[in-house]
Amino acid sequence: MRTICLYFQVHQPFRFRRYRFFDIGNDHYYYDDFSNESIINKVAEKCYLPANNILLDLIRKHGSRFKIAFSISGIAIDQFELYTPHVLKSFQKLAETGSVEFLAETNAHSLVALKDKNEFLKQVRTHEEKVEKYFGQKPRVFRNTELVYSDEMGAMVAEMGYKAMLTEGAKHVLGWKSPNYIYCNAINPKLKVLLKNFKLSDDIAFRFSNKSWNEWPLTAEKYTGWLNNIDRKEEVVNLFMDYETFGEHQWAETGIFEFLKAFPGSVLSNSDFSFSTPSEVVNKLQPVSAVHVPHPISWADEERDLTAWLGNELQEEAFNKLYDLSEKISKCKDETILKDWNYLQTSDHFYYMCTKFFSDGDVHAYFNPYESPYDAFINYMNVLSDFEIRVNAAVPQTGKDQEIANLTKLISDKEKLIEKYTAEIEKLKKLKTVSGKARSQPGTQKRKSPEKTPAAKASTKTRRKTGGGK
Amino acid sequence: MFGWEFPPHISGGLGTASYGLTKGLSSIEEIEVTFVVPKAYGDEDQSAIRLIGAGDISIIRKQIDIEGFRKKMDFLEVKSGIVPYVDPEDYWRLTEKEVSGEYRFVQVDDEGKIQFSGKYGTDLLTEIANYAVVSSVIAEETEFDLIHAHDWLAYPAGIAAKEASGKPLVIHVHATDFDRSGGKVNPDVYAIEKRGMDVADRIITVSNLTRNTVIEKYHIDPAKVITVYNAVEPVVEKESSWFRKGMDEKIVTFLGRITMQKGPEYFISAAHRVLQKMNNVRFVMAGSGDLMNKMISHAAALKIMDKFHFTGFLKGNDVFQMLHLSDVYIMPSVSEPFGISPLEAMQSNVPVIISRQSGVAEILTHAVKVDYWDINAMADAIYGILKYPALSKVFIKFGKQEVDDLKWENSALKVREVYRSAIGVN
Repeated sequence: MRTICLYFQVHQPFRFRRYRFFDIGNDHYYYDDFSNESIINKVAEKCYLPANNILLDLIRKHGSRFKIAFSISGIAIDQFELYTPHVLKSFQKLAETGSVEFLAETNAHSLVALKDKNEFLKQVRTHEEKVEKYFGQKPRVFRNTELVYSDEMGAMVAEMGYKAMLTEGAKHVLGWKSPNYIYCNAINPKLKVLLKNFKLSDDIAFRFSNKSWNEWPLTAEKYTGWLNNIDRKEEVVNLFMDYETFGEHQWAETGIFEFLKAFPGSVLSNSDFSFSTPSEVVNKLQPVSAVHVPHPISWADEERDLTAWLGNELQEEAFNKLYDLSEKISKCKDETILKDWNYLQTSDHFYYMCTKFFSDGDVHAYFNPYESPYDAFINYMNVLSDFEIRVNAAVPQTGKDQEIANLTKLISDKEKLIEKYTAEIEKLKKLKTVSGKARSQPGTQKRKSPEKTPAAKASTKTRRKTGGGK
Repeated sequence: MFGWEFPPHISGGLGTASYGLTKGLSSIEEIEVTFVVPKAYGDEDQSAIRLIGAGDISIIRKQIDIEGFRKKMDFLEVKSGIVPYVDPEDYWRLTEKEVSGEYRFVQVDDEGKIQFSGKYGTDLLTEIANYAVVSSVIAEETEFDLIHAHDWLAYPAGIAAKEASGKPLVIHVHATDFDRSGGKVNPDVYAIEKRGMDVADRIITVSNLTRNTVIEKYHIDPAKVITVYNAVEPVVEKESSWFRKGMDEKIVTFLGRITMQKGPEYFISAAHRVLQKMNNVRFVMAGSGDLMNKMISHAAALKIMDKFHFTGFLKGNDVFQMLHLSDVYIMPSVSEPFGISPLEAMQSNVPVIISRQSGVAEILTHAVKVDYWDINAMADAIYGILKYPALSKVFIKFGKQEVDDLKWENSALKVREVYRSAIGVN
């Protein structure tokens, strides 16, 4: 059996508003609501809604013979919920058909896997919960942001219980090997690795409307012909692409929707290929060998590496400064801070700071709110500076000793309280034996105690803060 | 080529540009340049061949061999009353005098001292006309294929040469009176400029910004206006003993004439914003100009004079010293046909912020570009560069590469194309 695995990435970042340095410490709202809302609406009209409708029709027409997979970033889900609930509904409709698999990724569409294992775990779990909540599936296959993958990340993902992971069939990794087989992780062979066939994927995603391409115009028949030319022993063709390919990267006028409509029928009737979801592929097929990826790869640009996000000093500085905060964040309970923390990590912010614009400018310019990488960096760092101030205010920031001292103080305070309450309980117990109606009192006492501790915390905090200022 | 100033008497952007271009052209085999400049009285090189032109005007011809030039060049100096703003810093003073009807032209000597050459009581426009008369004599006595005139004072000379010889004329617009006057255009100057542009076979502008001015304000056929960007001479790393900063403070520098055209007040307002958030930074306004006193009161009114410094006019090595001390260079020009100084800052490893209303913004990638009136963006850029070290690191690295790629040889090749189309050769 030969099969095609179609997978679409859905993501839109929360773009920042123009955040000037004099906003630092004064204004804690970072987002450009207008552009976020208008962009998501625009993409919904041009891509998500029409493409979803086509896919739904195709599933109805071909039944279980046509299958697809999505990964919708947590941030995109948040935005759908906020701005375009009808888009979320249309994805849910697709989910109900049973022919659509939803994959797990990091909630924030972040590159946290490179930096912080615990935070990575947390983000993936959050995303899993979101997928379960909205689409009623527990994801079993993982795809990292921008298909970023390395041996170590694969092992980490296997440890979390995933069966498989998606990544790029990068030439420098595969060498003479074909991406059209299942591979396994080099450290933990239990994790299967699906590799993108970038030639066939990019024919649709990037070259479809390119009139100077010698294969233009691309038709479903021609494409099926290419699939038929693939060596009969090869088992799976992984076509991974941005969902925005349909209607947004390639406009409706290019005929991309017609291609999408015709493609499954053409494949099913003129070739021996079937369609499978990633889970089905890994259930059916056995890995042919391990794939060795010591250095992280991605699906971006010619180099298929991380340089689009972490290729220059600006990106590295911003990225490191951001994750310098992760320890403090792990102690933070403030909901708004945690939300901003999430949105700050979105990989797009680093993408905007990319200075490789000469070779890959077109893709990098897509919905980029900034005029230059320098602009993007300054804005991000201003936001991050404000965020840092808030984190420091919310979480104790002084030296370890100071912190231990504070904690000891807290513990001793609590012990005193416990002593006091035990005494009181004893007293009340005695009272109870006398009169059974004094039950409400211990309840009010208990409620008071957790209120007292944060109050005590807060007062120590302010004292420390003023001390640090000098 | 009719120019205005030439080494060693170089001071302004115009002189730098015509020198750089001539040097670039000297590397092209098929082009030979005879450079004609008006020259101040008493400064002639006696060893040179003397030509006597119409009237009492002498022309000095010499073969000069300039370092870095691939070949020798014929260099003609016209003894003339016009030595206009040899030093751009003093131009405002000259124009101020013009109002009172008294002309005083200033020249800078080899040591950079300002000399008042004195008794040029004649009318400037007459002098320009004299230059034109001489040029027609030169045109008759010299073999050449094409005339190239730099900026308005040389246009009449170019026109006269064209009329005398029938050879095509290319005029080079480094600035227009709209840039110099800040809107108060002098009708006489405009008339000279307009006539030059009308008569010229081809017009070279230093940026698309200037090209648009030429097309829109002077109503010139766009087909004959071509933009050729300036370049910058590579710096020779001098092993000078720069003095170092005495303290751990950042310095933000504005270097240029303090005139409306350069947008000094926007720099002061941006500095004010930055100082509200940052303490270890100083701002320097280096230069002089008619707005200087006003700017000092402006800064004083904002109560930032403890962190804001006026150095007066800097020249020669002091300029490089200033750049060397700077952490950010800013050029908030309201209207700048090209603006070569940010390129020099980038050569000195200083990150630059430039206004979008400058020609140089059209070619630079590794610079922050802001609208001159957008004080917030300007302040934000200053703050960002000072506060986030990675930014200035990247700017310096890429900026240096970028500016090193701007070579006069490349500009000269483009000028050659213009020449070819003017002559009608392909």
